[in-house]
Amino acid sequence: MSSLLAASIPDVGVFVVSAVIVLAGALGVIFARNAVHSALCLVATLFGVAVLFVAQEAHFLAAVQVMVYAGAIVVLFLFVIMLLGVDREEDPTLEPLRGQRPLAIGFGLLIALLVLVIGGRANWATGQRAARGAADAPGENVELLGRSLFTDFLLPFEVTAVLLVIAVVGAVVLARRPPRAELIAMREEEERFRAESEAELASSRKASQSDEIEAAGAANREGES
Amino acid sequence: MSVPGEWYLILSALLFTIGAIGLMIRRNVLVMFMCVELMLNAVNLSFVTFARMLNDIGGQVVVFFVLVVAAAEVVVGLGIIVAIYRRRSGATADDLHYLRG
Amino acid sequence: MEALDLTWLIPAFPLVGFLTLLVAGRRLGDPWAGWLATAMCGSAFVATVAMFFALVAVDGHDRHHVTTLFTWIPVGGLHVDFAFLADPLSITMALFVTGIGSLIHLYSIGYMHGDRDFPRFFTYLNLFVFSMLTLVLADNFLLSFLGWEGVGACSYFLISFWFTRNSAAVAGKKAFVTNRVGDFGFMVAMFLIFATVGSLDYATVLGEGVERMTETTATAVALLLFVGACGKSAQLPLYVWLPDAMEGPTPVSALIHAATMVTAGVYLLCRVAPILEHADPMAMTIIASVGALTALFAATVACAQDDIKKVLAYSTVSQLGYMVLAVGTGSFVAAIFHMVTHAFFKALMFLGAGSVIHGLHEEQDMKRMGALAKWMPITWSTFMVGWLAISGVPPFAGFWSKDEILAGAFLDNKLLWLVGLATAFLTAYYMSRQVFLVFYGEERWRSPEHAGEHDKEELTHAEKSVGGHADDHGAGQPHESPWVMTVPLVVLAALSVVGGALNLPFAKSVMFLEHWLEPSFGDALHPHEFEGYTQWFLALAATAAAAGGIFLAYSTWYRRRPEELANLEPEPLKKAWYVDAGYSALMGGPGRWIADKTAYVVDKGVIDGAVNGVATLVRGGGDQLRKVQTGYVRNYAVGIAAGVVVLLAYTLVRTI
Repeated sequence: MSSLLAASIPDVGVFVVSAVIVLAGALGVIFARNAVHSALCLVATLFGVAVLFVAQEAHFLAAVQVMVYAGAIVVLFLFVIMLLGVDREEDPTLEPLRGQRPLAIGFGLLIALLVLVIGGRANWATGQRAARGAADAPGENVELLGRSLFTDFLLPFEVTAVLLVIAVVGAVVLARRPPRAELIAMREEEERFRAESEAELASSRKASQSDEIEAAGAANREGES
Repeated sequence: MSVPGEWYLILSALLFTIGAIGLMIRRNVLVMFMCVELMLNAVNLSFVTFARMLNDIGGQVVVFFVLVVAAAEVVVGLGIIVAIYRRRSGATADDLHYLRG
Repeated sequence: MEALDLTWLIPAFPLVGFLTLLVAGRRLGDPWAGWLATAMCGSAFVATVAMFFALVAVDGHDRHHVTTLFTWIPVGGLHVDFAFLADPLSITMALFVTGIGSLIHLYSIGYMHGDRDFPRFFTYLNLFVFSMLTLVLADNFLLSFLGWEGVGACSYFLISFWFTRNSAAVAGKKAFVTNRVGDFGFMVAMFLIFATVGSLDYATVLGEGVERMTETTATAVALLLFVGACGKSAQLPLYVWLPDAMEGPTPVSALIHAATMVTAGVYLLCRVAPILEHADPMAMTIIASVGALTALFAATVACAQDDIKKVLAYSTVSQLGYMVLAVGTGSFVAAIFHMVTHAFFKALMFLGAGSVIHGLHEEQDMKRMGALAKWMPITWSTFMVGWLAISGVPPFAGFWSKDEILAGAFLDNKLLWLVGLATAFLTAYYMSRQVFLVFYGEERWRSPEHAGEHDKEELTHAEKSVGGHADDHGAGQPHESPWVMTVPLVVLAALSVVGGALNLPFAKSVMFLEHWLEPSFGDALHPHEFEGYTQWFLALAATAAAAGGIFLAYSTWYRRRPEELANLEPEPLKKAWYVDAGYSALMGGPGRWIADKTAYVVDKGVIDGAVNGVATLVRGGGDQLRKVQTGYVRNYAVGIAAGVVVLLAYTLVRTI
């Protein structure tokens, strides 16, 4: 790690404040009971990240982050939350899956720990320098980004465009409200399926497979002797 | 001389961890989705940091793409969630366990 | 093409006979099926004689001609041809196999007349002759083994010919299974030979192969082949099948269990004489001792048997013991000599016994015979010749061959010679007892108890249709047999008289058989060297033993009623020293226990258990692994996180 003294105070200050906002927002997302509160905390985090982008000379990306992420994606989230009424609180103390909480927290912390330890031992950034064009070349950040995007990364750019089109089409198809008759048929089919699968699960749990084989084996031996 | 890049990377790791833990703990589908967004943001942050540390514009290009794909993913994902919620309201991630072995 | 290239004709004739009878036997019927079979066997004999002369025409040391028909097994290092070897030893064997075989085929036409399964009998007989010829004419171990198994199978077929009778079926099985034990020895010996020499041809193995073998290997091979010979040639402890084999028709007993199949073991040992010489001398001692012991043992048992065929059966075991003794003491020529003469007189006596049985309407108990000399003169006179021959009375054939064996034993080991001498005494005794019981004394077949009883033999006779008997069945007079049965008797009797001329010991020049067989044995042949009058002394001793036995039997059995002499036939002797009972107890008791344990514990428990266990294990594993798929996405996320932790830990460990 390079010396703390080499950085100027305002830079450090900006970093610390942004970092706090980011982490606080993240914690807010996962601990908030109400889904709307989670969304708003997410916005905070996104803003913090945008600020950090600016601090690292990625101006275009910061702008895009705010516009797309905070402006469009989170808004979409809120639309869906409001539309579907998913803002009902879930009971945070109840955890239906056994061992999920401790395992989750344990693994999560382990990941963080291991990454930090590995990074601490080795050099953090070991890749090739300026493989795709220098970031600090003369010119605006947008210009540099655009140049790289339309020359080196043209194919991914076009493919991503196609992806966006597909996503739009997919979303429309998925969210389509089917006509009433189809709705009724779908509901009936779903009821039937659910009843069948519940029955099957219950019966297979009752007589586990190994028991059946034991019984068959015993019958065989009795038949032989 | 601005803040050393390693600090950003540590922050990114922490943010990623928080997102991962949240994904594993929360049952509300939308909140889980938001945790995925957290993780993506953490990665974006680390990419931009690397772009600065390695003096490579390619890092920022990657972030650009991640942003686009994340947007598309959110669109489709929310569409799916809407489709699911139409059938059964109040569904959590735990209610969809029919693919058990 | 040389004349000897036609050696394959010899086994071809009986093979053609077999195939023809297999297809058309039923249609040919009684007696044409029999004449066809006899003609085939006779043709084989003619072919053998022709090959014999062809071989004589060749110079002494070149008498070794291989005729290859086709390549049988060309697999990697193993190359086995279907090839026949014409050398003195094999042609000698083939001569008496086909010769005596033809005579017995002729005899059987009369003996089996009226039997429902007449054609089947001759089908089997021809198959047997083919297998036996393959055995003796083969030029490699594997082809011999093919013939070996073939004669074993035919023996089974023919012993249980009247398979509707339980005792016959059981006897057939017993013969086959006991033979199998011996076959195991033969097979392992073949494996060993192939492993050390790399070839199974007699020429290669017995020539350069012997030099390449270590003494240990040669000893192992010798002993293993001896195990095989014990099975086939009925030595201790694998002789038990031979007495039971008397369940088969008498011609079968004559051909297979007197003249030919049982000699296969002795033939094998003689064939591998170079290996026997190369082995540790202890192997030869073992062979000789087993032979001597068998001879003595069987002779004691024969003294107390009542069934006319059982006496001859044990007698065969005893004489085979002599042959094995000869092999064990290095007198290979003597063994072959005795094999030939024994074939003559034993076949003669079996056929004579068959004639007696036939004449008395299937009576086999000697205690119910008697005074047949005047009723069946030809049978009587020929049987007497055989009797004198086997007892070792000069100048009949048996004396010369037995004397040579005893001489060889004397040179090797005095104790074995004494055992042989004692056996000779006993042989004379029991054979004379048989003669006096059957042909002299009172006409015990006239006694009233007999007229009402039904022998087990009579049941079989009832199964046959009564054809060719002019007199009434059951209480009739004994009658002489038809010419098809008496002609072979006369021929064999003549051979038993003059057969000794093959190898008279007076001078080197008249030892025809020894000269003839020299190329086959090579260095393994050690002619006997006697000082001064030792030879005369030995001959005298042998003759004295024979005379003593005959005299003892005469004074006890001639003109005496058998009931008075019951104490001369103690139970242990009658029951063959309880050997059979012993085997039954062994296999029924511990043997059965082992089989039970192996079947249920090892096979079902361990092996099946292992296989089933693997399946159960897999299923159990699957059951447990299935639990990972809970269906909850959040669990899967935890799984992914765990994987990430593992990867990071690995990276950390690597970079430390």
